[in-house]
Amino acid sequence: MYKGGRIIASLIIFVAFLTLPFFFNLGKANAGPDLPTYASSSDSQCVEPAAYMKANHMQLLLKWRDSDVRDGNSVYINSQGKSFDISLETCVQCHTTQATKNTVGVNNPALNTSDQFCVSCHNYASVKPTCWNCHSGPEGATK
Amino acid sequence: MAKVEKAKLPKPEEISNIDYHPPATDWMDTPTEFKPGTYCWGAKEKDLLTLGLPNPRQWSPADEDWKLPEGWETTILDGIAERLAKYRSFKIFMDICVRCGACADKCHFYIASGDPKNMPVLRAELIRSVYKKYFTKSGKFLGRLAGARELDEKVLKEWWSYFFQCTECRRCSVFCPYGIDQAEVTIIGRELLNLVGLNIDWIAGPVANCYMKGNHLGIEPHAFKGNIESMCDDIEDMTGIRVNPTFNRKGAEILFVTPSGDYLGEPGIYTCMGYLMLFHELGLDYTWSTYASEGGNFGFFTSNDMAKRLNSKIYAEAKRLGVKWIIGGECGHMWRVMNQYMDTWNGPADFLEVPVSPITGTRFENAKSTKMIHITEFTADLIKHNKIKLDPSRNDHLKVTYHDSCNPSRGMGLLEEPRYVLKAACNNFYEMPENTIREKTFCCGSGSGLNASENMEQRMRGGFPRANAVKYVQEKHGVNMLANICAVDRAAFPALMDYWCPGVGVAGTHELLANALVMKGEIPRVIDLRGEDLPGKGGNE
Amino acid sequence: MKALLSFLAVIVLILIATLGVDVANLHFLFGIIIPYLAFVLFVGGFVYRVIKWGRSPVPYRIPTTCGQQKSLPWIKQAKIENPTTVLGVIVRMALEIFFFRSLFRNTKTELRVGEDGPKLVHGSAKWLWFGSLVFHWSFLIIIVRHLRFFLEPVPYFVQLIDSIDGMLQIGLPPIYLTDAFFLCAVIYLFLRRLALPQVRYISLAADYFPLFIIMGIAISGILMRYFFRVDIVAVKELALGLVQLHPAIPEGIGVLFYIHLFLISTLFAYFPTSKLMHMGGIFLSPTRNMMSNNRMVRHINPWNHAVEVHSYAEYEDEFRDKMKKAGIPVEKE
Repeated sequence: MYKGGRIIASLIIFVAFLTLPFFFNLGKANAGPDLPTYASSSDSQCVEPAAYMKANHMQLLLKWRDSDVRDGNSVYINSQGKSFDISLETCVQCHTTQATKNTVGVNNPALNTSDQFCVSCHNYASVKPTCWNCHSGPEGATK
Repeated sequence: MAKVEKAKLPKPEEISNIDYHPPATDWMDTPTEFKPGTYCWGAKEKDLLTLGLPNPRQWSPADEDWKLPEGWETTILDGIAERLAKYRSFKIFMDICVRCGACADKCHFYIASGDPKNMPVLRAELIRSVYKKYFTKSGKFLGRLAGARELDEKVLKEWWSYFFQCTECRRCSVFCPYGIDQAEVTIIGRELLNLVGLNIDWIAGPVANCYMKGNHLGIEPHAFKGNIESMCDDIEDMTGIRVNPTFNRKGAEILFVTPSGDYLGEPGIYTCMGYLMLFHELGLDYTWSTYASEGGNFGFFTSNDMAKRLNSKIYAEAKRLGVKWIIGGECGHMWRVMNQYMDTWNGPADFLEVPVSPITGTRFENAKSTKMIHITEFTADLIKHNKIKLDPSRNDHLKVTYHDSCNPSRGMGLLEEPRYVLKAACNNFYEMPENTIREKTFCCGSGSGLNASENMEQRMRGGFPRANAVKYVQEKHGVNMLANICAVDRAAFPALMDYWCPGVGVAGTHELLANALVMKGEIPRVIDLRGEDLPGKGGNE
Repeated sequence: MKALLSFLAVIVLILIATLGVDVANLHFLFGIIIPYLAFVLFVGGFVYRVIKWGRSPVPYRIPTTCGQQKSLPWIKQAKIENPTTVLGVIVRMALEIFFFRSLFRNTKTELRVGEDGPKLVHGSAKWLWFGSLVFHWSFLIIIVRHLRFFLEPVPYFVQLIDSIDGMLQIGLPPIYLTDAFFLCAVIYLFLRRLALPQVRYISLAADYFPLFIIMGIAISGILMRYFFRVDIVAVKELALGLVQLHPAIPEGIGVLFYIHLFLISTLFAYFPTSKLMHMGGIFLSPTRNMMSNNRMVRHINPWNHAVEVHSYAEYEDEFRDKMKKAGIPVEKE
């Protein structure tokens, strides 16, 4: 007794599972996250260099929270000696977007309906920031 | 040929002093030791000739030269290739073991010897290493790193030693997360060994007997009838009733097949007397056969083909005699064969009918294809329907425990039927500890053809875990009778009990049933089937 | 010794990836060619192995029965441990595959020699079951979680698993429970292999190697997430490029990521040639995946060849006189 049919069928299902990502993304361009255009000029640097910010912004925000809320220190001095106000306002000064400016993303138009600047990358990497659980969103802050 | 002295059996204290520390050397570098008392004699020339099996010659495992045939390596490797193509089980079991070790302390031979090659995983590795070397790329290129090794005479001797230290009991397979069954590996390993004439005498002898004379013990038809009739005399002495069984009778409704251990030697014969009394009391229309006078099948311990050759007699005889269906007696590996192999080998049994108990009308749907039922299924059904009268107080001097035979428990699932019969026939019944019964039962240590006498030390070791569980209930409940449904058990346990827990007797289930069976018109019973006085029912009545 | 060799092999693999990416700048090789190759080897090798198994028949129906058979109607059958229906087999297999039913039975046998002689004690031993269950389930969840790198948009079930797994928000980013479980389990499996003399004795280099490589994968992944962060947007771009068949190497992904990827690739390529195939083999194990209805339905063996038998006629020829004398009926007078 071979039960060959069942073996083949199971293998097809197995291979289908493995190649699911290939089919799921079939025909879509790999455009990366839909990066918003920033309100301020692009020549200025963020509070730290971009590479550092990309990987460590959440650690920086955490440090800011502790510094401001727990230690009462509301000034951050960056690695180049420049001072910044510890406040989401500081971020939002540059990192703000308007829905109109936001070109429709190629790969995630459906999700990227908010104009909060974090969303696009965070959705792309499927990381949920918990900032807005407590803080009102940036559009509220700018009002 | 070296003359081998009969080995002296060590004392229980020596055997139970077990060293579980593995040797310092890697198992591939640890030589196989042939210590007298721990292995069986080699198969005899005449038996292999009778059966037409390869490489018949006189040889002894104690010799340096095993007189292997020219080009034996090719024979073995071709044999492996052939079996890989024939058995998916073999292929898969060779490929997927992760060596987690869960099987290690499940094997009675490992528990009682501490020899790591008796761990099922390593026993399989003995052949897996050769498989890897010759049949997988990783083994070919990485060699020992991948656990592969060359086949040479030392390896072959190692196989012989350890495949004849496995009783094919399948206990390891219950615990293996992938269901790897060492019995399957041993079966195939022994087949390979048989290709170059390496069987043991205690298997090849009975197989030759069974092939020519119909049963393992080589009892010829007239002697067979004589044996049964002398049991009938004993029954008459005990009950005053003359039982008249028939032999090779055409037109009987039922063919009865039981292992030959039941009609030669104690305590097997008492079980046989039990069958005779029960069938007589029921007025069952059944016959014995002298041609198919063996339920057991030592061919199963030789090779697939040999097992089929012996097994063929049962259906052939059922057909010749024109019976409607078959009842099988109490035997262990016999029921693995009847349950899992017979129909595939020698079926379909379309000339038979689905078994229907003539007494209760119960239709045994569970045997609708093989048309063969186990006697405890038959008897349990009788008791359930109140068709036999039992006086269990006749067994009151006994405190009974029950040993599940390996094969009926793990190759069939016959667990409740014998218990039901025993509990109806005996008032004092005690189970052994949970992890040593039912599907986790321990082997008697002498199964799969290892119940010879020259390997007594090995048998006493192998049976140690079983005996130890018996000893537990002996101490706790005063158990003095070990009931079972296996002829090898009945042959092997008396010695094992005497060795590890003296005072515990051994009985087949139907012996105890027949003790309790109240027969129509019987004289008051003052003795049991063994001819011993029944306490409380003594002669002054 | 065998463990050391395997450990060194994994170190060499890590060095290869480090040198290849950091020194030789072979990003394209380590980021694209090797992963593709590994994937093809994995899928191809897996299918090949399973088909190879499937080409051998199952000549006999040999389930290991672990419970009461179906016999008389009033005796309760163990419908899962001794199944006679397809459903029973499916449940039995599911229990085996998802919950490691057989391993759950595991006992530990100890020999205690006291005044009243030797005693064997068969106690329950669930650690191996627990450890491997944690290991395999964590592994599965981690793989599913990683789908967030391969799918865009990220499906809801992946997000859900991710948020459950990351529910312990200690610091940032949240610690994945499975990361901790996985690492502990793999270390447990390694230590038990080393610490139990019996298991160490049976272990081959081929048993340590996958453990080390998996350990390497887990550690590199954990380092990337919690300690030496890499740009995960770039990582996702690389991963998506692979599955969209438009592979590209984004700038600025650290070497740690390439080590992680190379170890995974090695594991994938190695998988079909090794014992890791137990993943496929368990489904085909004849002692578990068959119904125990032997006496009800005949099982067919495709190579069931004829064998030489000793017929009744031959038997009677030999014993006719003796049979007649004993009054046993014969065919030919």
